[in-house]
Amino acid sequence: MSVSHIAPAGTAAPPPAAGTAPRAIVEVRNVTKTYAGGVEALSGISLEFPEGRLTTLLGPSGCGKTTLLKIIAGLIPASGGQVLVDGREVKGPGQERSFVFQDFALMPWASVLRNVAFGLELRGVARSEREAVAERHIARVGLKGFEHKYPHELSGGMRQRVGLARALAVDSKVVMMDEPFSAVDEQTRRKFQEELLELVAKEGKTFLFVTHSIEEAVYVSDRIVLLSRRPSRVSAIIEPKIVRGDDPEKIRRDSAYLDAVEDIWQQLKRYLD
Amino acid sequence: MVIAGYQLPMMAALIVWAVLWEIVGHTEAGFILPPLSAIIVRVFEIVPTPSFGEALLITGRAFFSGNAIAILVGIPLGILMGRSVIADRLLLPWVNLFLSAPLSALVPVIMVIFGLGETTIILTVVLFAMWIIVLNTRAGVKAISPSLVEMARSFGANEWQAFTRIYIWAALPEILAGIRLGVIRAVKGVIIGQLLVSVVGFGTLFEVYQSHFLMEHFWALLLVLFAFAFILNELMARLEKHFGYFAASR
Repeated sequence: MSVSHIAPAGTAAPPPAAGTAPRAIVEVRNVTKTYAGGVEALSGISLEFPEGRLTTLLGPSGCGKTTLLKIIAGLIPASGGQVLVDGREVKGPGQERSFVFQDFALMPWASVLRNVAFGLELRGVARSEREAVAERHIARVGLKGFEHKYPHELSGGMRQRVGLARALAVDSKVVMMDEPFSAVDEQTRRKFQEELLELVAKEGKTFLFVTHSIEEAVYVSDRIVLLSRRPSRVSAIIEPKIVRGDDPEKIRRDSAYLDAVEDIWQQLKRYLD
Repeated sequence: MVIAGYQLPMMAALIVWAVLWEIVGHTEAGFILPPLSAIIVRVFEIVPTPSFGEALLITGRAFFSGNAIAILVGIPLGILMGRSVIADRLLLPWVNLFLSAPLSALVPVIMVIFGLGETTIILTVVLFAMWIIVLNTRAGVKAISPSLVEMARSFGANEWQAFTRIYIWAALPEILAGIRLGVIRAVKGVIIGQLLVSVVGFGTLFEVYQSHFLMEHFWALLLVLFAFAFILNELMARLEKHFGYFAASR
């Protein structure tokens, strides 16, 4: 499956279906970020994230990709420009967005069940109801039977599954993932990547993904946004034309996959010291 | 410990010192330091008396209200200082000052303002216990992983929810350590307060025993208080351990 063109800003489009361009659910308009002390992290970024797709922000380390993601999440304010999610300007965190953290950010004093239900707990959903929802999502990420374990009893991979279940449990339209697999081992990471593909295909949610791994970006993404070194700009947008069949193993041998990896590597090489 | 192939019992050191105390008690020094056996007999004699019961009640009341105030004020203050740079700059010098100052010297001042009653004792307890709780809570809050705070915010937590569901829990190991240290200081506070006021609780008893030179009674009372402080410390340490399981995994 490949996407050959991008819907222009503000165009209302029907929900994504094969062959039609999905509407942009997240719009970033000329966003800048200058940290106190004068460090310019983002310099006028304009981007659109199509609904129901997985878009990856990729760039050299320290390029501000996490900063951009956190601005979209409403966790840090932009210095200029604006972010629209579902047509509304972002002023802070909101229910239509959820976040998966690089270091999992689980509450160590709470069970898996409570961690996953935490978003709903904050919204005031009744205990029995939120726990039922949480149990469903725990089962879904493959952690059935671990509901009453605590984070320190789980492996790194399992902890990130909890983080993912927590983000899914609030049923937001946009799921943001900040280098979610960078703290787990290589084998687990590959498994995660395969499962993520399945999730994107099934959920119909929009995923915003940050990674510094080219292979990971190409493997999981419908669309890859390359960011330049600080102060960051969009240097290219790549849409790998990979045919995602039934076998996730095939992708890593697909020539489109390998070409995209090579292409991106050639573009990023110049940012290396 | 093993000496010459023999496994010594756990309390061996304690027994050595108890025997030594007993021997010294039977020499001329027994005038000030009576034999341990006689003191222990006295403990069982004193503890059931109404005057001891009353002193214990008054002391216990002052001790617990003082600790409660120290905890209820200390924890929010510590969290505030851990979160707000302005509050921290404003208050930290004072907290450090009070933590290291010889607080006993302040008790007469409290006495002048609040009289020779329970209020003074309670305030002395607060004065002794609170600062270490504040400092520990502050340290705990400062050590909270920023992503945990971001997590709460991203899922829509308001300030109150962040306070009750994240800050207190994330800083709990440090807070409990602070409370344990505070409780130990509070024991000092309550006794020093009573000794200085000397008409309240154990202060009265110490005063009576000393003035009548009842050294066995005096030591018996001390023994009881030492045991009390020790047990309290152990209980708090256990509580801390119970909640400390996640301290390393944060």
